[in-house]
Amino acid sequence: MTLAVDISARAGGFALDAAFESAGRITALFGHSGAGKTTLVNLIAGLARPERGAIAIDGDTLVDTTRGVFVPAHRRRIGYVFQEGRLFPHLSVRRNLVYGRRFSTTKERWADFDTIVDLLGIASLLERQPAGLSGGEKQRVAIGRALLASPRLLLMDEPLASLDEARKADLLPYIERLRDEMRLPIVYVSHAIDEVARIADTMVLLVGGKVVANGPVSDILARADLRAHTGQQEASVVLTLRVGAPGPDPHLTTLEHPAGRFSVPRLDQAEGSEIRMRIRARDVALAVGDPGNLSIRNRLSATVTAIVEAEPPTVEVSLDAAGMPLIASITGEAVRALGLRVGQPVTALIKSSSFDRAAFGPAARPSDA
Amino acid sequence: MLEPLTPQEWSAIGLSLRVAFAAALCGLPIGLLAAYVLARFRFPGRAILDGIVYLPLVMPPVVTGYLLLLAFGRRGPVGEFLERTFGIVLAFNWTGAALAAGIMGLPLMVRAMRLSLEAIDRRYEDAAATLGASRPIVLLTITLPLMLPGILAGTVLAFARALGEFGATITFVGNIPGVTQTIPSAIWSYTQVPGGEAAALRLTLIAVVIAFAALLASEALSRRAGRRVLGQ
Repeated sequence: MTLAVDISARAGGFALDAAFESAGRITALFGHSGAGKTTLVNLIAGLARPERGAIAIDGDTLVDTTRGVFVPAHRRRIGYVFQEGRLFPHLSVRRNLVYGRRFSTTKERWADFDTIVDLLGIASLLERQPAGLSGGEKQRVAIGRALLASPRLLLMDEPLASLDEARKADLLPYIERLRDEMRLPIVYVSHAIDEVARIADTMVLLVGGKVVANGPVSDILARADLRAHTGQQEASVVLTLRVGAPGPDPHLTTLEHPAGRFSVPRLDQAEGSEIRMRIRARDVALAVGDPGNLSIRNRLSATVTAIVEAEPPTVEVSLDAAGMPLIASITGEAVRALGLRVGQPVTALIKSSSFDRAAFGPAARPSDA
Repeated sequence: MLEPLTPQEWSAIGLSLRVAFAAALCGLPIGLLAAYVLARFRFPGRAILDGIVYLPLVMPPVVTGYLLLLAFGRRGPVGEFLERTFGIVLAFNWTGAALAAGIMGLPLMVRAMRLSLEAIDRRYEDAAATLGASRPIVLLTITLPLMLPGILAGTVLAFARALGEFGATITFVGNIPGVTQTIPSAIWSYTQVPGGEAAALRLTLIAVVIAFAALLASEALSRRAGRRVLGQ
């Protein structure tokens, strides 16, 4: 699926001017509150009209102000999961779920009731009324309702924003299953970089109503010049690695990195499955030559590709570890003492214990991409 | 005073109920349409429509009745047209009483419905649109069910107002026993003749009972509808 957006819209004193194309499985629209994310998804959904511009999905024009085209929301077949769920209060969960079914033609209908109810784990809620559901349950029902209308694209506007940390962690795997099992393209709005790093493959970075960058998540997270906008304290990279054969310690999981052995706190993932992980630059140390006897066991051979001054005294050193990117955040003094320069071979050291469990998620299955 | 009701009293009660039901039920679609248009659309002349709907609330009822007589009387432009083309005569007929009562009740009905419509979160309608529902379907499946308590409240208010209508009714359709004499006009007639106090009191008690029953019924209905809408 390709989503092409090039629009200008005005809402109150706010001007949105956005142009991007995305072919990702999950495209994240990332920005701080007030950056225009919701305005943008409302334009894609057809709930708002742009002043100027065009939106198309796979060449099918939804809006084009120069040709006077505006497909109304109910004919777009674009699902929308709102921040607050927005379940119809007068209908039971079951009737909320099937609400959109009757509006799709048999030919377009791909969503199966039982499959989706199972996928989201909402079978026990069907006869309940929305008012009695918890926040997480409401969001799962809202996702199911959007899916059962058999959309060709799903918009999710900060679906986790109203939930506490524990509920967020519960709901993320459902969204990952959606991505992998339903093969439905998703536009995911978020202001939480961790969420984006975990589930999205491409991202559009919005600042003050303008698209500042768009492309693969790992590229954007690695860019030092975007750091202020992504809200990260420091740089990080997102890697997709395969789970290797278990090592001697049952509390550790071995990952296959082309540049060397890599162990992390135990993950409940089968051998051979792929996981995504985010490695923060501050968790990476560098050594020139053999680091010798050191408690840090994750050692990857790499080459320095760039040295960028960040907030003093920090310097960010970009690395290439057998084709995979890595960034180390070290002091300028260390750079001088080690005599680091572009092209120099180094050993990157990453402490196993520095990984946060929340930083891992199953990777999108490459066969589906 | 506890004597059985006379045929004239019975006919006033029956007529009052018939007039009030007709006024409330025929007024319902008109009130709903007016409430929807006033709450949802901005157009030139909206203030004028708003004023016309609420006018009966502030004008002396006799003035409303006289205007109805001028327009819908047998010599009035609308009345003449209705009689010639459909054979419908409103003046000095129970249908005219229903029209007068309906118009007097319309402001109350529109107000209740409009308030409930304006209280609806329009984002539910947006959600329905993204699920594929067209505007008319959204109206039928989301908007109307959510404003049901307001629709019920407005209809009962209009019914109660119609039961009590006197000024506009007596001006427009007169006070003909068995034809246009409703409970209020019957009470008024009884108070004008010597020895009519007992009959007037009996009808007064009955009016109180009917009004009270209508209020209780509306409370129960709105509470049930409200529970349904809130999904509890």
